[in-house]
Amino acid sequence: MAARAKGAPKRAAATDGAAAEAAWPLWEVFTQGDQGKPFEHAGSLHATDAEHAMQNARDVYARRGEAVNLWVVPSSAIIASAPGDAGPFFDPGNDKAYRHPQFYKVPQGVRVF
Amino acid sequence: MTAKSVGGARVERADEDDDGRDGEAGGVGAGFAKAGDFAVAGPRRAPFGDPLVEFLLRLGDDRLILGHRLSEWCGHGPILEEDIATSNMALDLIGQAAQLLRLAGEVEGKGRDEDALAYFRDAVHFRNCLMVEQPKGDFGYTTMRQFLFDAYSVLLWEALVGASHEGLAAIAAKALKEAKYHLRHSSEWVVRLGDGTEESHARIQRSLDELWRFTGELFERDAVVEGAARAGVAVDLEALRSRWDAIVRDVIDRATLTIPADVVMQSGGRRGRHTEHLGHLLATMQIVARSHPGAKW
Amino acid sequence: MATTKKSPPPADDPALVAAFEARIAAGESIEPKDWMPERYRKQLTRMMAQHAHSEIVGMLPEGNWITRAPSLRRKLSLIAKVQDEAGHGLYIYCGTETLGVERDELVAQLHDGTAKYSSIFNYPTLSWADMGVIGWFVDGAAIVNQTVLAKASYGPYARAMVRICKEENFHKRQGYEICATLAKGTPSQRAMLQDAIDRFWWPSLMMFGPSDKDSPNSAELLKWRVKRKTNDELRQRFVNLTVPQAQAIGVTLPDPDLTYNPETKNWDFGEIDWDEFWQVVGGNGPCNKERLAARNAAHDEGAWVREAALAHAAKQRRGTEAA
Ligand SMILES: [Fe+2]
Ligand SMILES: [Fe+2]
Repeated sequence: MAARAKGAPKRAAATDGAAAEAAWPLWEVFTQGDQGKPFEHAGSLHATDAEHAMQNARDVYARRGEAVNLWVVPSSAIIASAPGDAGPFFDPGNDKAYRHPQFYKVPQGVRVF
Repeated sequence: MTAKSVGGARVERADEDDDGRDGEAGGVGAGFAKAGDFAVAGPRRAPFGDPLVEFLLRLGDDRLILGHRLSEWCGHGPILEEDIATSNMALDLIGQAAQLLRLAGEVEGKGRDEDALAYFRDAVHFRNCLMVEQPKGDFGYTTMRQFLFDAYSVLLWEALVGASHEGLAAIAAKALKEAKYHLRHSSEWVVRLGDGTEESHARIQRSLDELWRFTGELFERDAVVEGAARAGVAVDLEALRSRWDAIVRDVIDRATLTIPADVVMQSGGRRGRHTEHLGHLLATMQIVARSHPGAKW
Repeated sequence: MATTKKSPPPADDPALVAAFEARIAAGESIEPKDWMPERYRKQLTRMMAQHAHSEIVGMLPEGNWITRAPSLRRKLSLIAKVQDEAGHGLYIYCGTETLGVERDELVAQLHDGTAKYSSIFNYPTLSWADMGVIGWFVDGAAIVNQTVLAKASYGPYARAMVRICKEENFHKRQGYEICATLAKGTPSQRAMLQDAIDRFWWPSLMMFGPSDKDSPNSAELLKWRVKRKTNDELRQRFVNLTVPQAQAIGVTLPDPDLTYNPETKNWDFGEIDWDEFWQVVGGNGPCNKERLAARNAAHDEGAWVREAALAHAAKQRRGTEAA
């Protein structure tokens, strides 16, 4: 997931001294491909408010029937883990083999699950 | 005009084509009947054709022409997101038109398919309302027209879902879903532009003022509407009008706009009496198809 | 003139660069917040922006025929295709936004003529057959390019490519279908098709960019897996794929030197007119001015719409806060 600077939408670069035009805020779009499936990040788009973002998300990310449900989230509301954290944040989870079913032995010949 | 079938497609041929052969006998009046041989007093209006065919052509042509106008925005929208949204609506409308014209051709039974009807009729044979053929204007004009039409379209499809004509009822069921989304999209935009800035308010108010004169035509009753009702396709235009008024007034209010008063309504599209814009639209739309008679694409 | 807001970056820490290159070598994908050399960020932004601009400008030559498509089925597929290109541009601009570069900033560079886009879109579309040939050649070339980009090192770009490639297949097939239909059509349809092929063949080969010996950025882009194959490799692959497709529908390609080389198993082809290529890239192609004018017009005429939408949203927010 992309993390972005928080706060007001940034201003577009001004051309030739003309007044800078404010850009529409950015939204992240999540699509659910089928009932019961997890929502996945599809991409982002610009829109002025939630209903607007929802409509644009439908047209941009679901026009081939790729989604049965949509979430739209202001990009500024996404908090991403920092890459510097990568070691301390995630590595401790890597060595806990006992969290995974393969850690446990099953008597030979027994078919489970 | 005479019509002739070439390779499944119908081609219209101007009478002048025959002049070389028929007119050779000489003399100005050659080939014409003499005065007195026929009644010079003709009907005020050409009679309508089969009402169900006419009704289907009205539905199909409205959507074909409006879809075509919307498609003119493709690549030129105010922002990418809206470019995509506008194209989606154009696709829905032209898709509906293709189905409706196909059905019209089947009911007519003269071997014309949707392409023969779209590409080989002249303007006077089109049955769309005047509103949809007006040039696309600015994004405000396009939005306001779309909204006025979408509100009408949703109500129309709601009525036609129950049509006893099965083919049309099936088209209506699908088209209703599409039209509902279009209305949601266009009404939001009317509010955005009406309530947005001073400039956007002025622009879309002007569009509403200009378009209002074409709204009366949507609800006109005539022999076709009555004949279609007898053929299992009944629409109560009176009731539709008052529901349309309610939807439109609500959105126009929220958009802080004003419906213009004392507007003289324009109509004629349903009888082929169009504005001059339609001919130019068709000249563009039909040029390739007509330049290669009998060709497949 | 659009400028980047950042002050010149400090020289990259060699240890970080080494770690970064090790990740690339290991086939890892780089995500937006990961550390990356400033050159990598710049090259990526440049390449993605060019790609996004190409998608958007590419809407114009084909949009030119939407209103004249000769059947309703063709009209629908052409609208859907041109609409997809808008989507492609949008997906890729989103990718650059993850690098901290706003879409507006890049679009401003396109509009003032400082950004590049694919030279092919500076050629005019003169007949309906161009819609077939563009789908077949131009989208075909795009697929060759993008299939390898889907394995590029930058995650958001690679993911956008996966999505885009799926859609490009529809584009190419609808284009080739148009060509195949024209090829077995009337004599005037066949002539129209051959003429379009003759006009678009060489510009399509130019789409892959300058020859490897004249492509200054290539080595670095390849090292960092921003690119995966050289321009010449991709161009050859495109020719090899396309020649049998031309044979299948009985059309000729305008190159007397086109011959099959049984040793390399490649179709050898003649020299590209690089003067023409550099002219078009330099802004002097047949339609450069028109394309930029059209994009600028759409943007300028849309300004009041974009402003109004923002103003309305701001009023709504104030309304709900006050309530
Ligand atoms: Fe594309
Ligand atoms: Fe494409």
